Amino acid sequence: MKLLEINNIRKSFDDNLHVLKDISLSVNEGEVVSILGPSGSGKSTLLRCATMLETMDGGTLSYCGESAVTEVDGKSMYMPKSDLKRIQNYFGLVFQNFNLFPHYTVLKNITDAPIHVQKREKAEVTEEAMALLGQMGIEDKADCYPCQLSGGQQQRVAIARALAMNPKILFFDEPTSALDPELTSEILKVLRDLAARKMTMVIVTHEIDFARNVSDRVIFMDEGYIVEQGKPEDVIDNPKNDRVRAFLRKVKG
Amino acid sequence: MKNNKKTIAIIFVSVLVVATLVLLFMAAVNSGNAFALRIQGIMTQLYGGIFASLTLFTLTLVFSLPIGLLVCFARRSRFKIVALITKFYISVMRGTPLMLQLIVVYFAPYYLFKIPLSSNYRFYAAIIGFSLNYAAYFAEIYRSGIEAVPKGQYEAAKVLGYSRQQTFMKIVFPQMVRHTLPPVTNEIITLVKDTSLAYAIAYIEMFTLAKQVAAAQSSIMALFVAGAFYYIFNLLVAFVMGRIEKKMNYYSK
Repeated sequence: MKLLEINNIRKSFDDNLHVLKDISLSVNEGEVVSILGPSGSGKSTLLRCATMLETMDGGTLSYCGESAVTEVDGKSMYMPKSDLKRIQNYFGLVFQNFNLFPHYTVLKNITDAPIHVQKREKAEVTEEAMALLGQMGIEDKADCYPCQLSGGQQQRVAIARALAMNPKILFFDEPTSALDPELTSEILKVLRDLAARKMTMVIVTHEIDFARNVSDRVIFMDEGYIVEQGKPEDVIDNPKNDRVRAFLRKVKG
Repeated sequence: MKNNKKTIAIIFVSVLVVATLVLLFMAAVNSGNAFALRIQGIMTQLYGGIFASLTLFTLTLVFSLPIGLLVCFARRSRFKIVALITKFYISVMRGTPLMLQLIVVYFAPYYLFKIPLSSNYRFYAAIIGFSLNYAAYFAEIYRSGIEAVPKGQYEAAKVLGYSRQQTFMKIVFPQMVRHTLPPVTNEIITLVKDTSLAYAIAYIEMFTLAKQVAAAQSSIMALFVAGAFYYIFNLLVAFVMGRIEKKMNYYSK
């Protein structure tokens, strides 16, 4: 089943800075998709359009077969707020710099939205949150404030916070870019666990080895286009496109 | 726990010091010490004014703190015209002397509408003038506090499905309060001293009385006593606000 379907997204800033030129992408249930590409290629903008943090100029967007954005006369048309609010529940997003709420404890960071947005039972949500923290290996931090945690721990809390909403698909925007190598491996391990549990994920990353080992599909973006996509061993080890080859050569050193 | 004990100790010692000073002063008065008797005389004459100053101070805070928030919302309004009018209001409040504003508020009903002035109105004019002026300053402080909340906080809230009101009440407001406490303290301390400006519309507060007593006695002593009152009261304000600030500091960064 197609969880996410994006067709012909176009997005520009200030009229002439075309960040996304024509991107189509669909993600199936249980699939792990990594998005690679140089800075400025539009990876993050694609994720921000998909999660509706950014409004797209053209193209369509739908989750689980429900349209969030349709296209009329070549322009994106957003569905009414009530529809978007329902569709919002299908996805979660983990940020590069965590964006935890500093004035809430770890536990409240995770439980507040399920309780007050999804109106779920507090006891049940708390139990689930503790289980998630256990899964992340930080259940002893439940009563800490984010500032008392390491970057890696904060990111694990952020992942738990996203998972607590029971999304069908989880987006990661460079989840390890703000972390040092040791903490990076912590987070990659968590992502690997999630992949093993068949969590559907779209990950923007610079970790080439991780993308090769974990993803079912790798997408390479450049200058607002998807220039190559396919199985990781094809895209990363035998790229056909010159641009991809040049980038990988540089990254691999 | 340790902190609590320290606080109690500090309060205990301060109370002890103040009580000793008061007792010493009373003993000096009883023993007929001329200097002590004179101070006591001045204090009796300033007594009514102290109450008037405190009333003005308290009511101004009660009104201007919440009105400031409304002004801040208007200043940040999506409707350009509302934002523009509010911006003009703030610039006038900040750009003209408070004394002039008080006089305008007091005399405007008479000059503009020929409504005879009653001495009752003096009190209301002082409260209105002070509240309007301080609301403008508080609005700007709140605005800086709101704008200091990182964009990522709004984005995290949006992805988690919080409504606009929830985002403000749960995420932005608590962080804003913490950012704005130091400048708000500053403003409150200024207000304590500014209450003396009410003499411009002949509102009888402490400073008005002190000047009269000083003139009658042709001695500067009354002004020194008045100064001591302002100073001690501001020590108290600084102490209380310091406690609140510490309490809000349960999360750092």
